[in-house]
Amino acid sequence: MADKKITYLKGKEPHQREHRLIFRNVDREGWDPSMDRCLKEGGYEQLKKALKMEPGEITDAVKASGLRGRGGAGFPTGVKWGFIPPTNTKPVYLICNADESEPGTFKDRYIIHQDPHQLIEGMVISCFAVGAKLAYIYIREEFPEGAQILEKAIAEAHEKGFLGKDIQGSGFDLEIYVHRGAGAYICGEETGLIESLEGKRPYPRIKPPYFPAALGLYMSPTIVNNVESLCHVKHILDMGAEEYAKLGTPRNTGTRILCVSGDVKKPGYYEIQVGKVTMGELINDMCGGLKEGRKLKAVIPGGSSAKVLRGDERFKIKQGDEEVEIGVEDIPMDFDTLMACGSMAGSGGVIVIDDSREIPWVLNNINAFYAHESCGQCTPCREGSLWMKKITDRLVRGDGAPEDIDTLDSVARNIDGRTICAFGEASAWPTESFIAKFRDEMVAATQPGSSEKIVNPETTLAAANLG
Amino acid sequence: MDVSSQLEKEIDERITHYPVSKRSAVLPVLHALQHEFGYISEEAVEWTAAKLDLEPIKVLEVVTFYPGFRQSAPGKYHIRVCRTLSCAMAGSAELMEELCKKADIDRSGISHHDPIAISKDGTFSIEFAECLASCGTGPVCLVNDDFHEAVAPDQAEKMLDMYRKKES
Ligand SMILES: Cc1cc2nc3c(=O)[nH]c(=O)nc-3n(C[C@H](O)[C@H](O)[C@H](O)COP(=O)(O)O)c2cc1C
Ligand code: SF4
Ligand code: FES
Repeated sequence: MADKKITYLKGKEPHQREHRLIFRNVDREGWDPSMDRCLKEGGYEQLKKALKMEPGEITDAVKASGLRGRGGAGFPTGVKWGFIPPTNTKPVYLICNADESEPGTFKDRYIIHQDPHQLIEGMVISCFAVGAKLAYIYIREEFPEGAQILEKAIAEAHEKGFLGKDIQGSGFDLEIYVHRGAGAYICGEETGLIESLEGKRPYPRIKPPYFPAALGLYMSPTIVNNVESLCHVKHILDMGAEEYAKLGTPRNTGTRILCVSGDVKKPGYYEIQVGKVTMGELINDMCGGLKEGRKLKAVIPGGSSAKVLRGDERFKIKQGDEEVEIGVEDIPMDFDTLMACGSMAGSGGVIVIDDSREIPWVLNNINAFYAHESCGQCTPCREGSLWMKKITDRLVRGDGAPEDIDTLDSVARNIDGRTICAFGEASAWPTESFIAKFRDEMVAATQPGSSEKIVNPETTLAAANLG
Repeated sequence: MDVSSQLEKEIDERITHYPVSKRSAVLPVLHALQHEFGYISEEAVEWTAAKLDLEPIKVLEVVTFYPGFRQSAPGKYHIRVCRTLSCAMAGSAELMEELCKKADIDRSGISHHDPIAISKDGTFSIEFAECLASCGTGPVCLVNDDFHEAVAPDQAEKMLDMYRKKES
């Protein structure tokens, strides 16, 4: 759906299958991130409306909208808000997770840089709903300009009385501060993030409690939500929960931004109604298809932590009461179907891999990421992620032995389920799924003479320098 | 290390963002110092600790954990090239190689704990970074605080020139 009044920068027009709600102003002609520009288009009107509601009504609307978190786990946002203990007497905090570091994900970046007031309005509404008077935006350090833009937007919101004391005469006080990370992926994990915000190493906390909503920042109830999730809150109030829930599909409501990278003609961001576009439509229509003469070898559907799907894989899923068999390109891009296919929608980062790529090389690149980013608290994760990388380093160098594949698989399976945080699964799932689906190619890479096939300067460097 | 009164004022203002716990200001104080001095020296650790009423070890353990903090001086322009999958598929390893060649940087001495290599003349330094959240426009890199996207390996020289010009 394209809004007729809006025009976009040449070459950056949304695809006709897109439904631009959150990205309405991204790449828009004549748009800028200032308060003046935003106020001309009804900015902060939803906040004014919210301040006249009961906080509980807002939470109920978010529950009724069916909104599920866009940061990775897909947990219902309204339900999470409801986990703040009713008897709580401590201050409540809200944290916007703007760490955006799951490989393949690049959506929060554009909201922050191009439409910061959408996020701030969403945050103020959400803080009012959960009763938070102090909130932080935890933004990755590698967005220096983004941090500045947000600070400017916050100052503007103060000037207009949308932040600070007695917001719009409602009696509600709120301060939002920007807090910059320092280049560690684990700060995206919400309890690691909280430790980091407390000025410590970002070691994720042992569960339970399962949600920081019970015990979070400074041991007080804390709501952590992704940038995109918080933006949706504003649109839920604008449209009404019922109308919002008509977008997308049942249990998978609203819109979400998919980020496509890798081997397609037009990589980029595409905001779709959840479940209304299939993987095939996304790749072939919206992204212009694969490169000339190439075949789909694999696709990682929800950030590098999601299990890989093979291009020719078949899945049995339930459609209504019937069980049907579908291929990768038939998968509707929603939370539940991707889960039924054994993977996940995750953070919305779709990485497309064509038949010009060597699987061991792809997996090795992913393993290097997790080996570098493990926080080191749990032995299986700290040691295992490095072992997995060392084994795939060997495969890529052509020094692998056939039994390496089973060793690799067993290392992964000894991480999965045995760690403090979900990074354990995130690091093990790529290896587990690549072996399950591409075992033959992995084994072939251990045969003599296979190394000439894989030419990769990165690994040559890594092998030379890091041993 | 000479912290100007202007910088100290900025830092003091940052600390007020954490009314519940001053310790929370460790990262922002370190960022301010690294921005000014290029890296976090032992003195900077002591200074931060004194400022926030912490044991120096509480600051040092933070500095050594986060890849974003450096313990030695980088080049004048510090380049971070994204290493992760989508950028690697788009040629980031080749970009790294070209940048090193054109800027006269030898990466053979780097290690996990010391991942930065510096050009002979000290103008540039370089390291790999993990996914910079712009995977659709790879290969991407940061030069100090400037973001560069779709930097094909044959554009390496052009990008370096932008910064060389600032020097002359
Ligand atoms: C290893 C790891 C990394 C994560 N990185 C991010 C991230 O960069 N951004 C994000 O929003 N959520 C990330 N998450 C998910 C958060 O822990 C948390 O579930 C999320 O911010 C909640 O927001 P939502 O409910 O709005 O999705 C990560 C989780 C794990 C386990
Ligand atoms: S699973 Fe890995 S990242 Fe998570 S707490 Fe354990 S060691 Fe740290
Ligand atoms: S892989 Fe380079 S920005 Fe994500």
